[in-house]
Amino acid sequence: MGMGSDMYRQQILDHYKNPRNKGKMSDPDFSHSGENPSCGDTITVNVSLEDDGETIEYVSFTGDGCAISQASASMLSERLPGTTLPELEAMDTDDITEMLGVDISPMRIKCAVLARQVTQDGAAMHQGEAIDRTTTEG
Amino acid sequence: MGTQETYPIDVGAIREDFPILDRMVGGDIETPGEGEGDTQPLVYLDNAATSHTPEPVVDSIADYYRGYNSNVHRGIHHLSQEASVAYEAAHDRVAEFIGASGREEVVFTKNTTEAMNLVAYAWGLAELGPGDTVVLTEMEHHASLVTWQQIAKRTGADIEFIRVDDEGRLDMDHAAALIDDSTEMVSVVHVSNVLGTITPAAELAEMAHAHDAYIFVDGAQSAPTRPVDVEAIDADFFAFSGHKMLGPTGIGVLYGKEHLLEAMDPYLYGGEMIRSVTYEDSTWEDLPWKFEAGTPVIAQGIALHAAIDYLDDIGMQNVRAHEDHLAEYAYNRLAGFDDVEVYGPPGDERGGLVAFNLAGVHAHDLSSILNDHGVAIRAGDHCTQPLHDKLGVPASTRASFYIYNTREEIDALVDAVDDARQLFA
Repeated sequence: MGMGSDMYRQQILDHYKNPRNKGKMSDPDFSHSGENPSCGDTITVNVSLEDDGETIEYVSFTGDGCAISQASASMLSERLPGTTLPELEAMDTDDITEMLGVDISPMRIKCAVLARQVTQDGAAMHQGEAIDRTTTEG
Repeated sequence: MGTQETYPIDVGAIREDFPILDRMVGGDIETPGEGEGDTQPLVYLDNAATSHTPEPVVDSIADYYRGYNSNVHRGIHHLSQEASVAYEAAHDRVAEFIGASGREEVVFTKNTTEAMNLVAYAWGLAELGPGDTVVLTEMEHHASLVTWQQIAKRTGADIEFIRVDDEGRLDMDHAAALIDDSTEMVSVVHVSNVLGTITPAAELAEMAHAHDAYIFVDGAQSAPTRPVDVEAIDADFFAFSGHKMLGPTGIGVLYGKEHLLEAMDPYLYGGEMIRSVTYEDSTWEDLPWKFEAGTPVIAQGIALHAAIDYLDDIGMQNVRAHEDHLAEYAYNRLAGFDDVEVYGPPGDERGGLVAFNLAGVHAHDLSSILNDHGVAIRAGDHCTQPLHDKLGVPASTRASFYIYNTREEIDALVDAVDDARQLFA
């Protein structure tokens, strides 16, 4: 089997079928939405910060789309608490494929990184940066 | 349809001309071509995106580059004359293939999209204005939809869309209501690349002409798969791409009635398309060269000639019969599952493609899993976003067939769909 089959290991399917931290948040420090137009994937990420205003305390998400995009959001929501905003900003595509634990075929990378990018963009806007991007870039 | 039934064409013999169909897939994608990690036999069901290229067509390209590569129409030397004769003959062959009266009506372009843009710019910008309408269908490919949309914005013309009913058929009553004296152009897809719907092009042409409008028929999915006679349709313009009918990429065809092409200004300017040039002004070359500025698609045109010869040897009626056979088989197998939604009209009245969704599995996930089985299909909106909005899905999975496909390959597709079903259960 090729690399594609590896994409649907149990962990990914488990997070897709039983997403963690899926739902709205009553009083987030910031929320941001984005989409991956090629797949029609949508993700909204809600983040609350600890009192230091820099460390992520809790992440929830809502969204719809392919298994890769939704599992990636679910796993990221578990991974991010305890991470600081600068650490979040430094996360790249390799961090996501490492987190997913599978090789993502090139055509599906946008699905995998959607949640990370939406969260990063939301954090940047929270810190005063002007970003109006709502779609993933490869 | 029984599985014992033989095919309308000799699929076994045809497959021998397509060595790519014997390759394995699934391994490293960084190095093109079959490699060590490729272990899954290829099941190629993405022919509506592009078809494969048989040996005689590949040979025609190699023969040209090895034997008589030269620029056309500008050299008196021997090679240039050989290339010019072959390139011009390719226009004649295309004219014969689609029932046009001669090479004057056959313009080589880059693809169907460019043919569409050529007419939209050269005819549309000059002729359209406020109060005029361009009538499309709800199942237009972006090549037509986006192009006319932009031309309409620039000219102040309106665009109207003929409805597609719940079974994927064009609502001809709606067409009759929309096409009126304000209509200047009716631009319709001949065979839908998503629904498989076959548009009654001749009937629409009659409606258009009754109101002094023109009709542009997008033949990207029809010219490769069925006999086409532009004069029987009475199409004013007709376009298709070489790479979907055994030819190479980089060549499309615009057919236009001679008097219309004659009246249109060029779309691209430069060498090859001029007759005489001064510092002040220029005059244009005869048809079709007026619309083929710059060094044209010489090798591709010659290869398209070879592709048409290959198809005509099989016979376009037989190509269509094979397409119909596989479309019906695939439709019936897929539509037999409660959790599979197939889009478009029933299996016995569609072109050779089937777009569908498996409940609970996103089309891109399904496509990835099918790829694990070596099954090449296309997932996405297939350049028809508004149609997918209408269907209420972000994407669909499309299997599309050609002369070398078999029922066993459709069985492999259905088995792979079942694997996805189990995985996501």
